[in-house]
Amino acid sequence: MSDTGANPPKEFFVIEDPHHGDDHGEHHHETGTMLGFWIYLMSDCLIFGILFATYAVLGQNYAAGPAPADLFEIEKILLATFALLFSSITYGFAVLRMDMDDLRGTVLWLIVTGLFGAGFLYLEFQEFSHLWHIGATPMASAFLSSFFFLVGTHGLHVLGGSIWLIVLLMQLGQRGLTHENKRRVMCLSLFWHFLDLIWIGVFSLVYLTGVLL
Amino acid sequence: MSDHAKGGHGTFKSYVVGFLLSVVLTLIPFWIVLGDVMDNTAWAVAIIFAMGATQMMVHIHYFLHVSLKVEAGWQVMSMGLTILLLVIVMAGSIWVMFNLDENMMPAHEQIERVRNLP
Repeated sequence: MSDTGANPPKEFFVIEDPHHGDDHGEHHHETGTMLGFWIYLMSDCLIFGILFATYAVLGQNYAAGPAPADLFEIEKILLATFALLFSSITYGFAVLRMDMDDLRGTVLWLIVTGLFGAGFLYLEFQEFSHLWHIGATPMASAFLSSFFFLVGTHGLHVLGGSIWLIVLLMQLGQRGLTHENKRRVMCLSLFWHFLDLIWIGVFSLVYLTGVLL
Repeated sequence: MSDHAKGGHGTFKSYVVGFLLSVVLTLIPFWIVLGDVMDNTAWAVAIIFAMGATQMMVHIHYFLHVSLKVEAGWQVMSMGLTILLLVIVMAGSIWVMFNLDENMMPAHEQIERVRNLP
């Protein structure tokens, strides 16, 4: 009895990274966070996949309501697409600035990214309110239900990403380019580029194909 | 920053290359639709989807920095599983629902025939 009490308790899980502090250990820790965030993105990707499938199935059921060709203004979609594409590359520049430990440059490029994101959101809001105004509501037909569900979910993600960007800018302003803030910048980078990737599917399937068929 | 951590961030050149490729791959499908350049709708849709898929791969390589290196195997593995699930869900629903539409929607004469059964 007494010698079992003297033994130190066995560790069945790793409480702390044994190499914590040196470069190798830090790298492992980083991989854990990035892996977790990547798994989240993949599950988000499944959500969008299901919404795309729903639209692909229901997108032709107009219920005597308006069809895509009557509703969509492709010029505006092109503008929104380029707003997102520009925001993608400016985020890339922010990450490059961060690699050079240039706080000012990082923050400036992140602000530019946020402005492009806001431009995209403005265009989408304008489109939705126009559709709502002319009576093309989600209640009108299965096509419009699935359209608003898919495009609206993407828009909400961009809105969430923009709010995250503002929070990140505050954190950068308070603490500068610390290890934790760099990790956050990389996570939002993945999220932001991922949203641009989903938008490629949206404009290909919903807008361009919808207008053609 | 160590070499390991820097490996996944790309360079100025890679970002610009990815951006320019994306611009081209965006403009071609929009040009097809806005310019009304193709008479054959099926081919136009096929080109739009091909351009979209290519641009997605450009984004994955140049912006998301997914690499096939062994150290980043978890990334490719989880993405592979996601793509597999997506293909099953999307192709499956489109296939099944198309068949339902074809086979289950009663045509007018079918209803009449059932009605006149002895």
